Amino acid sequence: MSSADFSTILPEFLLALYALGALLFGAYAGKDRRASMLLWVTAGLFVALAFWVGVSGHAGRAAFGGLFIDDAFSRFAKVMILISAAVVLVMSEEYMSRRDLLRFEYPILVALGVIGMMVMVSAGDLMTLYMGLELQSLSLYVVASLRRNSIRSTEAGLKYFVLGALSSGLLLYGASLTYGFAGTTLFSGIIAAAGEGTISLGLLFGLVFIAAGLAFKVSAAPFHMWTPDVYEGSPTPVTAFFATAPKVAAMSLFARVLHDAFGGVVSDWQQVIAVLSVASMFLGAVAAIGQRDIKRLMAYSSINHMGFALMGLAAGTAFGVQAMLIYLAIYVTMNIGTFAFILGMEKDGKPVVEIDALNLYARNEPTRALAMLVLMFSMAGVPPLVGFFAKYYVLTAAVGADLGWLAVLGVVASAIAAYYYLRIVYLMYFGTESDALDSTSQPVLWGVLMVSALIMVVGVVNLFGIEGPAAAAASALVE
Amino acid sequence: MTTIILFAPLIGALICGFGHRFIGEKPAQWTATGLLFLSALLSWVVFIGFDGDMQRIQILRWIQSGSLSTDWAIRLDRLTAIMLIVITTVSALVHLYSFGYMAHDENFRETESYRPRFFAYLSFFTFAMLMLVTADNLVQMFFGWEGVGLASYLLIGFYYRKPSANAAAIKAFVVNRVGDFGFALGIFALFLLVDSTQFNDIFAAGPELANTQLRFLWRDWTASEVVAVLLFIGAMGKSAQLFLHTWLPDAMEGPTPVSALIHAATMVTAGVFLIVRMSPIMEFAPNATAFVTVIGASTAFFAATVGLVQTDIKRVIAYSTCSQLGYMFVAAGVGVYSVAMFHLLTHAFFKALLFLGAGSVIHGMHHEQDMRNYGGLRTKLPYTFWAMMIGTLAITGVGIPLTSIGFAGFLSKDAVIESAWGAQSGPGMYAFWLLVVAALFTSFYSWRLMFLTFYGKPRGDRHTHEHAHESPMSMLVPLGVLSLGAVFSGMVWYGSFFGDEAQVDRFFGVPTHTAAAEGESVAAAVRAAAEGDLAEAASDVTEPTSGAAGEQAAASDNAESGEGAEPDATVAGWAPGSGAIYKAPENEVMEKAHYSPVWVKVSPFVAMLLGFGAAFQMYIRDPAMPGRVADAARPLYLFLLNKWYFDEIYNAVFVRGARWLGRFLWRRGDGSVIDGAINGVAMGIVPFFTRLAGRAQSGYLFHYAFAMVLGIAILITWMTLGGSN
Repeated sequence: MSSADFSTILPEFLLALYALGALLFGAYAGKDRRASMLLWVTAGLFVALAFWVGVSGHAGRAAFGGLFIDDAFSRFAKVMILISAAVVLVMSEEYMSRRDLLRFEYPILVALGVIGMMVMVSAGDLMTLYMGLELQSLSLYVVASLRRNSIRSTEAGLKYFVLGALSSGLLLYGASLTYGFAGTTLFSGIIAAAGEGTISLGLLFGLVFIAAGLAFKVSAAPFHMWTPDVYEGSPTPVTAFFATAPKVAAMSLFARVLHDAFGGVVSDWQQVIAVLSVASMFLGAVAAIGQRDIKRLMAYSSINHMGFALMGLAAGTAFGVQAMLIYLAIYVTMNIGTFAFILGMEKDGKPVVEIDALNLYARNEPTRALAMLVLMFSMAGVPPLVGFFAKYYVLTAAVGADLGWLAVLGVVASAIAAYYYLRIVYLMYFGTESDALDSTSQPVLWGVLMVSALIMVVGVVNLFGIEGPAAAAASALVE
Repeated sequence: MTTIILFAPLIGALICGFGHRFIGEKPAQWTATGLLFLSALLSWVVFIGFDGDMQRIQILRWIQSGSLSTDWAIRLDRLTAIMLIVITTVSALVHLYSFGYMAHDENFRETESYRPRFFAYLSFFTFAMLMLVTADNLVQMFFGWEGVGLASYLLIGFYYRKPSANAAAIKAFVVNRVGDFGFALGIFALFLLVDSTQFNDIFAAGPELANTQLRFLWRDWTASEVVAVLLFIGAMGKSAQLFLHTWLPDAMEGPTPVSALIHAATMVTAGVFLIVRMSPIMEFAPNATAFVTVIGASTAFFAATVGLVQTDIKRVIAYSTCSQLGYMFVAAGVGVYSVAMFHLLTHAFFKALLFLGAGSVIHGMHHEQDMRNYGGLRTKLPYTFWAMMIGTLAITGVGIPLTSIGFAGFLSKDAVIESAWGAQSGPGMYAFWLLVVAALFTSFYSWRLMFLTFYGKPRGDRHTHEHAHESPMSMLVPLGVLSLGAVFSGMVWYGSFFGDEAQVDRFFGVPTHTAAAEGESVAAAVRAAAEGDLAEAASDVTEPTSGAAGEQAAASDNAESGEGAEPDATVAGWAPGSGAIYKAPENEVMEKAHYSPVWVKVSPFVAMLLGFGAAFQMYIRDPAMPGRVADAARPLYLFLLNKWYFDEIYNAVFVRGARWLGRFLWRRGDGSVIDGAINGVAMGIVPFFTRLAGRAQSGYLFHYAFAMVLGIAILITWMTLGGSN
């Protein structure tokens, strides 16, 4: 390990060091009493790391002989992961402490998961990929069943674990096939072996299996089945976490594998991704309509959104990757805001997740209802809110790549999906009389919700200049 | 100054319409009226001080798209100046009049503030109308054209609680749409041919258009003919000419001041204005102008016949308007544009006077409009009676034959009839005879109106008659002012519009034919024109008619040579468009009209006397006679009473067909197909899949795992098979 290698992985290394240190600290110095402090420190560290990673302007460089890649693309994804994880942590503090869920392991597990994600997006080799993926997954399995005394939560964790194991098996099978036919696990080697335009059947099998494994992680249909159950069963802050950072990581890894390892045979995987995209968009749109639980609804919503992100990926161009990154950034922002709203839904001090509880919410809480309205409109992609531009980008990318049919299907799906977003707005403003929810005063949640909604409105000016970095990231990935 | 004239009404409309809540109703109305009077005053200053040279006042650049470049500019020439005084004067007086007329209105509740809205609409209309007449290009003109259409719609439907008013407003709008379609096509065609909408460019291209072929519908046409007909279709809609006239009588649903301003004096004359403005195109479209003449004469005749039997006082005057507009189109159609404008000017005065007088009667009689319920109002409404008498004398054309002394209508209408004879063509003769008969009818229905209203015994509701009262001063003053116009406007401007040709040309700023006859070169004539020395150049010619033929030959020669050699000179001196109106060199209609035989000149006067006599016989000496006549010729009477069944025919052919189509598309097309498809998808197919997805989401781990395995199996199969292809 040379010093150059070391400096390349320094952020991940520091975070790992911190996680281990915090574990010892927590175990020996007060356990759960320190949880709140640990949570804030972890969040602070995330932000600091995000800042560090974000401003370091290195050109792309590889460490450990290509196992680990640090380029504009990975940095973009890491910043998104770190910031969203930090915000979700901060949001969850009050919720968890009030329900006696705030274990000191929680921030540490999240930190470990984040390390896994950072490794994922920097993977330059199937081995690194698998290592990062498993580190992330194992952390998430535990976090999902954080509420140990709840059957729903343990069920969620177990389901996630079993199906995750299955998907890991698929992924590993694909990786071994790929290794067998390419003779190497390095992405740079695979792309050389795969050649331009044609691909051997073995490699194709490997590609499809790897894609299936990753599709599970981004919860793309038909590998999405775990998502609603896990979202519903997990504590809400954990759900918020699931819906944001891991999605960014998995999607970025998806893009990394497809472009770095199989960039020469775009036309081969383009169809697979397009089919996954269409299936996810429609399933996410159609299945969500029947939901009464807002967390399940958000699960289907994220499936739908992942379908759109996959559309950008399916374009197979640098612009497609850029569109995907922009979509992810906007998606994460919207989701954090929405979950800040959901975390604030409670009645008599107990969390409420039924959509019907929102009846005439706007009467008691006009500001929060308005913010939610903005977020829902943005999710549905109503212009001129930012969510529209997210969809606009991926649709443009799809059209630019001669996937007009995909774009048309995407528009149809978004029209269907608009139904359930607007239904929430409808209930909040025109619903029937019912018991009002408590009016909560949690400044953190309130602030996150408002900022998120404000971004949806103000961002239309120039999307906060995200296009430039996203374009740089995309061009780093797709030469 | 013209800019102030143009924008003062707009400012008035805005202040009155939006500001009356802040400044109060009365001040808002006074603001609008005051600004209108300012605008009227300035218009007279412009008109009297105008020297005949065209001026162009740029206001702003409007549309810049490809080769389409449209400015917002004022084209100030004689035509514009005439229209300015007509519009602003009548509008200002109508504003004033409305203070009295709109003071109380049972169509609105006491607390409703309808008056500022009314004034704002009136002012807005005036602005749009000024926009129309000051336009420097067709696009700007179209803007004004649609603006007056909108104002007309709003004002006809002003009593929005009356279903009949709403129906009339919609009818006016829809019928005008038909005409506007033609107008818009005409603009497109001109832009296609000339690549400009500027009047200067279009006029300069006039001769060229006569030699251009344009494919339209199923065959090739001469471009200028197509354009002229299309523009005339627009004019027909706006000016309520035959086949597109049906909206005008219904438009009387609006308040009477509106009828006076919009549906008598100004807006309906926009069509005439358009034809006169486009004279450089019309002059090169002989078939189209023949068409204009025939339609105009037919309208004049048709409307006059219908006017004979109507009993609603406003409807009589409305048909009279329709008829008089036909006169104007005849004058324009035979190529004597100045006379068309002359009649437009005088008609504006006496028709506004008649309408406002009728309004005064209606006001005095508590909104009773049926003339059969009037009678003997001479003593109750003395001022109104005298004003109406002057108006009637003017419209029927009372004057001393063979001189130029008489009421306004005498001079202008006789000029129209003489011009029709002077055309010496088939359509001209057709028009001449129809117009003479129409003059007889005009006299009859006008006197019938007077006799029924002001003479005889009071009929109808006694209570109403006992409470009949003279109108307030704010209504009588406008009547007085308009009476002056109705008496004198003909005599004052006879020479300018229908005097000897040099005088007319000078008035309209046309570079006269006679200047060339002096033997000077084209360049000299151009120089004279440029220096505004026309008066001098023209006054040198003592006997303008003696060498007419020779002069005009020279003129046309010059025109031809000038075109090729000196384009600049062409524009300045001889090409169409340098004056307010254009007459082709071979157009001698006005000359011939001047030298028409005595019987031609006297015939309208005789017709007028006959009409008067008949009316006197039937309504003064033997009031039972009209009933006997109607019984004797029952079918004819019904035919006239039902306005030649135009409404019924249109209803059967267009309205019912359109309704059927609309109902079909609504019920079958929209209801069954579109709604059905959407409902089917939204309420049938999507929920089906939702249920399916819900069932798949069973909660059992093995189902989920099975779905994943199934998914990858499908993907692998598809990829392998697809890859091998």
